[in-house]
Amino acid sequence: MTETVSNSAKQDLLTAGDISDRQLDTMMSRMMSREIDRGELFFQCRRNESWALEQGIVKSAGFSVSRGIGARAISGEKSGFAYADDIQLDVLEQTSSAARSIARVGSSQNTNVPVKRQIPQFYEGIDPIVSISKDEKVKLLSRIDKFARSLDPRVKEVSVSINANHESTYIYSSDGTDHGDVRPLVRFGVSVVVEQNGRRENGNCGGGGRHDLSWLYENETAEKFAREAVRQALVNLDAVDAPAGPMPVVLGPGWPGVLLHEAVGHGLEGDFNRKGTSTFSNRIGERVASPLCTIVDDATIPNRRGSLTIDDEGTPGQRTVLIENGVLKGYMQDKMNATLMGVTSTGNGRRESYAHQPLPRMTNTFMLAGNSDPEEIVKSVERGVFAKTFGGGQVDITSGQFVFSATEAYLIENGKITVPVKGATLIGNGPEIMTRVSMVGNDLELDLGVGVCGKEGQGVPVGVGQPTLKIDQITVGGTQA
Amino acid sequence: MTTSLVDVNEDAVQTVHTPDDEATLSEFVSRILEVAKSGGATAAEVTAGDDIGLDVKMREGDIDTVEFSRDRGFDITVYRGKRRGNASTTDTREDAIQEAVNSALAIAEHTEEDSFSGLADPDLLAVDFPDLDLYRCDPMDVEQLKEAAQTAESTALDFDEKIYQSDGARASVSSNCVAYGNSLGFLHAYRSSSSSLYADVIAKSSNGMQRAAWFTMGRQRSELDTPEFVGTKAAEHAIRKLDPRPIPTGEYPVLFDQTVAMGLILHILNALSGRPQYLRSTYLLDSLEKQVTSTEVSLKEYPFIPGAMGSRAYDSEGVATSEKYIVENGVAKNYLLSSYSGRKLGMQSTGNASGVCNLTVETQTLPLPDVLKQMDRGLVVTSLMGQGVNILTGDYSRGASGYWVENGEYAHAVDELTIAAKLDDMYKNMVAFGDDVETRRNIRTGSILISNMTVAAL
Repeated sequence: MTETVSNSAKQDLLTAGDISDRQLDTMMSRMMSREIDRGELFFQCRRNESWALEQGIVKSAGFSVSRGIGARAISGEKSGFAYADDIQLDVLEQTSSAARSIARVGSSQNTNVPVKRQIPQFYEGIDPIVSISKDEKVKLLSRIDKFARSLDPRVKEVSVSINANHESTYIYSSDGTDHGDVRPLVRFGVSVVVEQNGRRENGNCGGGGRHDLSWLYENETAEKFAREAVRQALVNLDAVDAPAGPMPVVLGPGWPGVLLHEAVGHGLEGDFNRKGTSTFSNRIGERVASPLCTIVDDATIPNRRGSLTIDDEGTPGQRTVLIENGVLKGYMQDKMNATLMGVTSTGNGRRESYAHQPLPRMTNTFMLAGNSDPEEIVKSVERGVFAKTFGGGQVDITSGQFVFSATEAYLIENGKITVPVKGATLIGNGPEIMTRVSMVGNDLELDLGVGVCGKEGQGVPVGVGQPTLKIDQITVGGTQA
Repeated sequence: MTTSLVDVNEDAVQTVHTPDDEATLSEFVSRILEVAKSGGATAAEVTAGDDIGLDVKMREGDIDTVEFSRDRGFDITVYRGKRRGNASTTDTREDAIQEAVNSALAIAEHTEEDSFSGLADPDLLAVDFPDLDLYRCDPMDVEQLKEAAQTAESTALDFDEKIYQSDGARASVSSNCVAYGNSLGFLHAYRSSSSSLYADVIAKSSNGMQRAAWFTMGRQRSELDTPEFVGTKAAEHAIRKLDPRPIPTGEYPVLFDQTVAMGLILHILNALSGRPQYLRSTYLLDSLEKQVTSTEVSLKEYPFIPGAMGSRAYDSEGVATSEKYIVENGVAKNYLLSSYSGRKLGMQSTGNASGVCNLTVETQTLPLPDVLKQMDRGLVVTSLMGQGVNILTGDYSRGASGYWVENGEYAHAVDELTIAAKLDDMYKNMVAFGDDVETRRNIRTGSILISNMTVAAL
């Protein structure tokens, strides 16, 4: 089936610009007439439709199309890159000439033979934009608005959004890569403001993945997001000031896995390690986390937000073990960094669009389940914080420092979850914090499908996940010193 | 212009914009407006852009990346009465124009009526278009950019033996042309340019590695910090972060270094913006004529400074910008409003649909060493991490690193800290301001001292 999807993506993209296979070959030969290691042409068309309800009215909606070509020439550690927003032969010629300008005069040794092989597919090549009609989208938004308001009289504002994305890509490279992919991606979100005695708080919940929009109607999925957003906001109405300083923290399952994304994920991307700028550089085989930790990056989970049938360099998506029982096993690689480090790509070469160069990026990154009962984990803490919901995070891969910000958290006193505390940022050093993971729950959950990871100005959809886990000591950034 | 490595003349010549491009882009916009009108739109507005760029990254003395970019596209909003639809595309061919307009019109059949929606009020549209001198584009020359980046990098690497390696230096030029038109008859285009230089280096000691960067930008190369200055600053900052020592968790004065003070000012501008006001999701709800910062401070916009990065004669809806106070002596004077958020609040657009223009922090300033003396003992924050700023509740909690000050002088590096407080208290407790003002950025401020925040440390 993949062959069909791959071919249809290729045909759609090339036909629009009236470009033949032979012309592609000619273009690639011209690019390779210079001394470069690899030439690559990336074709993409992405269509997106979004609808938003605010203050009871579906007041705005938009449709966008972004279509173009990115051409890249790689010579050792150097890359020449050019892109254009038009898929046409003359543009393709200019773009590929510009890209090869980094190369020395001379000609490339190009010996690779295209190998066609069957690639497993981790989502269907559907167009989610048309999976439900415009009218149905408007009705759904209004229904969820009313539903959220009906949950509690303290709900004052409700915003609801639906986003559907359809992306066709085709990659043609001098190393024999000749693959296309069709990627659906949807996202639904609810955000509310509640008010009580003049105090206002907000709550957000959303989800999505690489599937169509009918999922919103199954098992009251859309209503569940609304219920969760309202619940979070109401909890925060009673939140007291958060404590400040180092203490034990228990993280809930699912989205709090943003911890792993920041604390270890970025630091294990191939580019930083090739350059030796990561705190994890040259540490394969070393203990970098507690033996309770096994962390993987997995592009192969069906229909997940971060899943990839092929990455943006045409390498099939795969599952890569990053840390196994606390020992560093491997990095995430794109082709360029893999070649320079003498390994093979792990299918992590990703780019935001044709206008960006591929970088080693995460897909779905999570920690495998352990043996502890989540209740026992909380019971083991005398005084600390239980953090259930998070916003985003950030890391400095060189020093290893990372932060992530809790949006729903509670005090733990004498082994019991007591009062909610205000949102606070947690900060730590990746390798140090990972060695302080002292209990891992048996309740692995993946997040609901909302993550966007930013690196060098490029955003790509990712997934995270983890079981409940306990960190013996991490700094909590509240106001109560 | 040719070297053995980069053979630009033969392969790729990146041109810049000419005045003709403004006319072409304006004509393109009016053609799209025509298509929208004949398709049944009762009103429409279009923004079209054409950006050309060249970016060269050097790493360890050699080319890392040469990137040529060309971005074209347009964004259209159509109205069917009080219903609104939007579309955007990077595809500028005739059939793509039709497709985008049709998509926007189809959406406007399904969105719901919103009595506040619509184009800007006609009497607020800009009628004067002063020459703001925004286009001073440097040539798109790979060699020049390469040399600037290389000099910045080598200066940093040679600065001190503690500089372990470079993570690259980057020089860029961009040439932009943008046109905006609406069915009220407004149509205007202008060109602008920018040049920038950036160096990112890593220092190393037995206690680990630290990274720091320095960035400079302007309309043209001659306005930038020199490559030597950029390299020196990046190296100094990286070394200053080495060997952090612990401090106890507690309440301390916190100085926001000029590079992070801009972000601090952005939060209050966000809280005074129209959308959070009408959604009642800002801690500064209904705050006009109320005190929102220290009375020592005014925040004022100057949209017409020739060549400045934030200068513009009109916002993204064609509404004329104006010189005005947002905050005057601590008191909120104006919200930042678009036509829509203005109507929602029963007010008029303030010409801020695309943000502020050369927002200037006006106050008594002191040389930085004097500010540190006034602080005596406390934290200087040079970098912040994470998103822990809640505009609705006004709670602030972010990751921070920088250096510790004892007796008004640098003592040692600190990292892995959080700083937390209420935004309202932070702005009211701004007690001293450095004269290290960066005038080449849209937010013009120097370092800012806040008298008291909670600092958490390991």
